[in-house]
Amino acid sequence: MNNQNHNAVPLNATCPACGLLCDDVTLSLTPELSLQNGCTKGIHFFEDAFNTSASASPLLAGKSTNLETAINAAAEILAISKQALFAGLGTEVQGMRNIMSLAKKTNATLDHIHSESTVSNTRTMQNSGWLTTTLAEVKNRADVILAIGTDITSTHPRFFEKLAWNTDSLFDKPTPELIFLGAPEASKKENAAPDGKEPTIIPAKITQLPEVINALNSLLNGKKINVETVAGIPTNTLISLIEKLRTAKYAVIVWSASALKIPHAELTIQSIVQLISKLNENSRAAGLPLNSGDGDSSVNNVSTWLSGYPTRSRFNNGIPVYDTYHFATAKQLASCDALLWISTFNPYPAPNTQAPVIVIGHPDTKFERMPDVFIPVGIPGVDHNGQMFRMDSSITLPLKKLRDTNLPGLSEVIGKIEAKLSNRMIDGTAA
Amino acid sequence: MITLLKNGRIYDPAHGKDGVNADIYIRDGRIVAKPADHEKVDQTYDLSGKVVMAGAIDMHSHIGGGKVNIARMMLPEYQEKHQQKQAQELKGLSEPEAHICSPHCSHHATPSTTDTGFRYIEMGYTAAFEPAISPVNARQAHLEMGDTPMIDKGGYAMLGNDDYFLRLLADKKDQKAINDYVAWILHATQAIGIKVVNPGGINAFKFNQRRLNLDENNVHYQVSAREILQSLSRAVHDLGIAKPLHVHCNNLGAAGNFATTLDTMSASSGLPMHLTHIQFHSYGTEGDKKFSSAAAQIAEALNKNKHITADVGQILFGQTVTASGDSMMQHLNAKHANPKKSVIMDIECDAGCGVLPFKYRDQNYVNALQWAIGLELFLSVEDPWRIFLTTDHPNGAPFTSYPHLIRLLMDKAFRNEAFAKLNLDAQAMSNLTSLEREYSLYEIAIMTRAGAGKLIGLNDRGHLGIGAAADITVYTDQTDREAMFARPDYVFKNGELVVRNGSVVKVVWGVTHTAKPAFDIGVEKDLKDYFDRYQTMQLDNFKISNDEISSDGRGQVVTHQNNKE
Repeated sequence: MNNQNHNAVPLNATCPACGLLCDDVTLSLTPELSLQNGCTKGIHFFEDAFNTSASASPLLAGKSTNLETAINAAAEILAISKQALFAGLGTEVQGMRNIMSLAKKTNATLDHIHSESTVSNTRTMQNSGWLTTTLAEVKNRADVILAIGTDITSTHPRFFEKLAWNTDSLFDKPTPELIFLGAPEASKKENAAPDGKEPTIIPAKITQLPEVINALNSLLNGKKINVETVAGIPTNTLISLIEKLRTAKYAVIVWSASALKIPHAELTIQSIVQLISKLNENSRAAGLPLNSGDGDSSVNNVSTWLSGYPTRSRFNNGIPVYDTYHFATAKQLASCDALLWISTFNPYPAPNTQAPVIVIGHPDTKFERMPDVFIPVGIPGVDHNGQMFRMDSSITLPLKKLRDTNLPGLSEVIGKIEAKLSNRMIDGTAA
Repeated sequence: MITLLKNGRIYDPAHGKDGVNADIYIRDGRIVAKPADHEKVDQTYDLSGKVVMAGAIDMHSHIGGGKVNIARMMLPEYQEKHQQKQAQELKGLSEPEAHICSPHCSHHATPSTTDTGFRYIEMGYTAAFEPAISPVNARQAHLEMGDTPMIDKGGYAMLGNDDYFLRLLADKKDQKAINDYVAWILHATQAIGIKVVNPGGINAFKFNQRRLNLDENNVHYQVSAREILQSLSRAVHDLGIAKPLHVHCNNLGAAGNFATTLDTMSASSGLPMHLTHIQFHSYGTEGDKKFSSAAAQIAEALNKNKHITADVGQILFGQTVTASGDSMMQHLNAKHANPKKSVIMDIECDAGCGVLPFKYRDQNYVNALQWAIGLELFLSVEDPWRIFLTTDHPNGAPFTSYPHLIRLLMDKAFRNEAFAKLNLDAQAMSNLTSLEREYSLYEIAIMTRAGAGKLIGLNDRGHLGIGAAADITVYTDQTDREAMFARPDYVFKNGELVVRNGSVVKVVWGVTHTAKPAFDIGVEKDLKDYFDRYQTMQLDNFKISNDEISSDGRGQVVTHQNNKE
């Protein structure tokens, strides 16, 4: 640990390491970093965060420079760009507000690092809608939890601890029955409840999930399936699964768009959404899409209220435009004339492009190819305050500053770049 | 610095001024008495012949928070379509909307926060109140309102379907415990009023109940909607909150629901109560189609029950989106969505929401009658201080159609002409053409300014008296009231000129209005235990500090004194 206040008092923190956004975490920094109510992912996040240099210096073409020079250089690149790409976008609410403002000024295209997954969910919502729930409803009401293509805890580690194995619930419900459809056999033991009860696993390959979910829809709609197995699963297993969902008081169906690495993932999600919709004709059930992380919920919400669209969008002379296909980072990298890569929670490197590259991000970011400008900034919820949306979007929680550093916040840096651009325009020196 | 607005025709119902010519002096953002002769007037606007009113206040408009953002997100095609349409209209290539918006209308039912602020101020509105903040989602609502420029903001926190409140009620906790909780919620959510949506029904939907009547029990808690209304309206009254309990009745949109609405009026036992978007709750079951207007019965009851106020929630024809906390009724109505999609949510043992796009068509029997019912209500409710001009934005129509609605109220010939184009069966079921009333400018000023300010408890807004904030709108008197109200000559916000000839000339950021009645902080002990055991966030993080609203240097929290102080 370098250059930071060593605080002997335990710190209450909100953990941005996954979409559960646990705010019951307590950090102790002495004698060494430890977490109360932490999880593997959270410990990893805070350990990495507290091990970053609190006084990392900006780099101009790989050489150490001061913040002002780096900001000027970034502004220069954006001032002459016509088709900038702002990608990564690993940030929280305040950072995204500033990014939107800069994007409006530069006509830049916006895409989040996890859009490839998020877009499958968003487009499903835009095409058919859905019926969903939030974490406290799961905790107090769910009696059956069906996870599709995920064991949940590998990406959201405390999910069952907090929302399924809770001993207190408002309506004295039993511990929910957990069913994993298409999760690895190993996840059975890893997700055993404190009383030893293991989840039911219905094995299936991710590529077979569309077939299985369609079969479930058929069964729920009263159709007979005249085969013994569907994707290797005995039809009777599927019949009894439908029975469980139908007779549950409050069934929750969880899926992870990022786990559905198959063509037409969106159609599979739509099929899940249909299943939930049909169940609700007679009983209660709700969906819960897992998020992918790096502030995806925050970024897409902020983008939506400021422009009307979630990401994979751009401002065209002030008018927002939305295109989930053409505005993908992978497509834009070939045509952009500047890349602004932002990743404040994790030291993700910028993707390769021929265009000039500005990286504003995690102080520990490593580079294969040195960007034109690198500005290390503080980690939200460690080095500065912020606000972040939870995976279920309904809840926004404050992120708290936990240590003193010399690192500027992303908002400050983006704000200064924007101010430089405004000055250039006033001076009439803009390209 | 002193600004003089010289010789305007003043419509200031709070002071009984009905078109009198007078001067207004502004200093430091406030209206002041005529300065001494030696004091220099820095700026003079000659308003001879111009109509001068306080800035308008929208007391019910869904401008920020989860369901509004869902509505934005789920309808990208709508924004695209309207951008194309706007471009075509500029070239004169297409027919205008059935409802003609203001010249600067984004034509979008749920504009971005920036557009929301701009469209409001361009019409002379200087404040709007988000009527459905679910307490767990309040931070998002304030973030969105914080990004809404030009106007003042505020909101009503939703209670009555949250499990904490229903437990208190089911456990027969005394009124003091309820009052403390209600006050605590106002503080925690930075709201100015309390709302209840489908009392008990949103919660009941989570237990698989599909409808809830006023005297029907929530299956789990065994408390009725009536008990919820009584308890909450009592709490609002006891705490001295100016804004009466804001009630979205049970049975939204259902044929025959007028009976529920009439019963609801009686449920407050004489305490003030506000019934919102009452148009959606004034439906009978007469006629071949078993759907009829009950506007006459509702208006009669409103005229008689002086403790009840209402806003209309007028529908206007065209594409919009309905965003409601009423997950129970929105789920039931999802089959009517157009385009056919809906987002329904159960939210955090606190609330729910349902978002469905809707296209109101003048040739559809039900839609045409809904249009007529709203206008029948406006014209039949006698006291303009107790009825408010809303479209339940965006649910009945986008707020940008207010100028059109004002013309419908002020211009009988225009109204009857529009009526004659409706579905013929609907025409046969409405008495609208027999209603001769035309609203006056004074009455419009009551509904959209003085009445709204008074209802919410904004002592220094909605009027032009000495000491009032100088939120002032100046119009050119035109016979075409739609054109008049769509494009004011000037709008002043806190004394600064922010709109000239219908266009923004200066960007400002309004304040957030709140009410914070005193309460026993001891309530937090039980709440802390409840949060630790059942919720998924810490009690301290549920609460929104003043700093969160003001720390970006733009926002500011203004707390209004409640009635009793």
